[in-house]
Amino acid sequence: MAVSVMTGSRSVATAVKLAKPEVIAAYPVTPQTEIVEDIATFIKNKELNAKFIKVDSEHSAMSALIGASSAGARTFTATASQGLMYMAEVVHWAAHARLPIVMAVATRALASPWSILNDHTDFLVQHSSGWIQIMCENNQEALDTTLQAFKIAEKREVMLPVMVGLDGFILTHTSMPVDVPDPDLIDSFLGKRMAPFALDPDNPLTFGNVVDDKYFMEMRYKMFESMQNAKRVIKEVSEAYAKLTGRSYGLVECYQCDDAEHVIVTMGAASGDAKVAASMLRKEGIKAGVLRLRVIRPFPKEDIVEALANRKTVSIVERDLSAGIGNILAHEVKSALYDAGAKVFVKSFIAGLGGRDILPEDFVNAVKSAASGKKGDEWIRLNLG
Amino acid sequence: MADVNEEVYVIPEIDTKGLEKEFPLSKPGFGAGGKTNEWRLLRPVINYEKCIKCLICWIDCPEATITRGKDNSVAINYDYCKGCGVCANECPTKAIEMVKED
Repeated sequence: MAVSVMTGSRSVATAVKLAKPEVIAAYPVTPQTEIVEDIATFIKNKELNAKFIKVDSEHSAMSALIGASSAGARTFTATASQGLMYMAEVVHWAAHARLPIVMAVATRALASPWSILNDHTDFLVQHSSGWIQIMCENNQEALDTTLQAFKIAEKREVMLPVMVGLDGFILTHTSMPVDVPDPDLIDSFLGKRMAPFALDPDNPLTFGNVVDDKYFMEMRYKMFESMQNAKRVIKEVSEAYAKLTGRSYGLVECYQCDDAEHVIVTMGAASGDAKVAASMLRKEGIKAGVLRLRVIRPFPKEDIVEALANRKTVSIVERDLSAGIGNILAHEVKSALYDAGAKVFVKSFIAGLGGRDILPEDFVNAVKSAASGKKGDEWIRLNLG
Repeated sequence: MADVNEEVYVIPEIDTKGLEKEFPLSKPGFGAGGKTNEWRLLRPVINYEKCIKCLICWIDCPEATITRGKDNSVAINYDYCKGCGVCANECPTKAIEMVKED
């Protein structure tokens, strides 16, 4: 192992190099570009032996990978924002076809108006696509999660694609120390992809056949079941990875939660600021903690209920918006708590859209607002004046 | 009108290992979506006196409903032919006529 200082983009590209996919297809879009530029450089320098398919769009990128993955190849792509939206048709197809493709999403706001800066709406609107979705907090986690993503996706009891989210610019373009595992360790961890079915001229099968109403629901039920399996598999893969590297990740991360009365719920890079805020609040005598949502699909209901049910308040701070209802994950968290009969007071905060800052003091104010019992959603750093 | 060349309709034995119950996979075969001849308004009819066995219709049929015999004679499977007329349009000797269905 060796520690290097690298950007989030380089962290993902380095993980891809270690995972040895056979086929990569991608189209550049800010802030994802450097991920695939780095991978292309690795291939050019013969550090990675893979086919890089240059395509005319994100839709074509995912389509190329659907073909390659159907033929049994390990595959990777990366995109963001408008690119992910343009890819959307085949994003869903890839999951429904049960292909273990891994894709990094460098999260970015959706136009119009243009902002190339970060928010999570692009990532979260794919939450019903059938992809496993994992959102990272830092560059180390981006590298580790990308490596684990291949293992999770290719497991026979899962067989679903994995989307690895990392905050555009905040992680993709910021350098941090990252521990890069030894290639031999990763070879033993991942091995080769063993596909239970693949395109084979000697055993021709029809892929994506017509079933109409005869088997459709059963296929979706099997997918739903595999997604449930993924909760266990993600933890198992993380434990196996921890034995090699010493780093493990759960479906959620609880920070200073043990005696916390007020918990901040958030996702991605801003979780670091939330943790600083929790410490600031504790200095004022307010027992605060942070629940970082890491795995979004499968939605870790049980872990969330366990972490939140017996608190005084929960403040959910998200940088995404579903106009007409509010934050996207807040409603899922509330629904999990309702199903469990929890009586905890939950308040939702819309923040950080289009790259607007979220600072520790914003989380501090959010917790204080929730603790005051003031009902209703709030917008952070909204300036209508 | 020749009958369908039955000998080329042999479906190979393929093992899906039971995976078709979980994944969108199936054995290649005929008519998974049901017989599609009901859609047909015009029926292609081959005039074998004009046919030169060039196999252009066999290659161009978008639904693979034209079969090829061992002597390169062609026949149309009317169970699945949708009557699109590509074969009649492409036939270099105008040996295929589109006839209105009753």
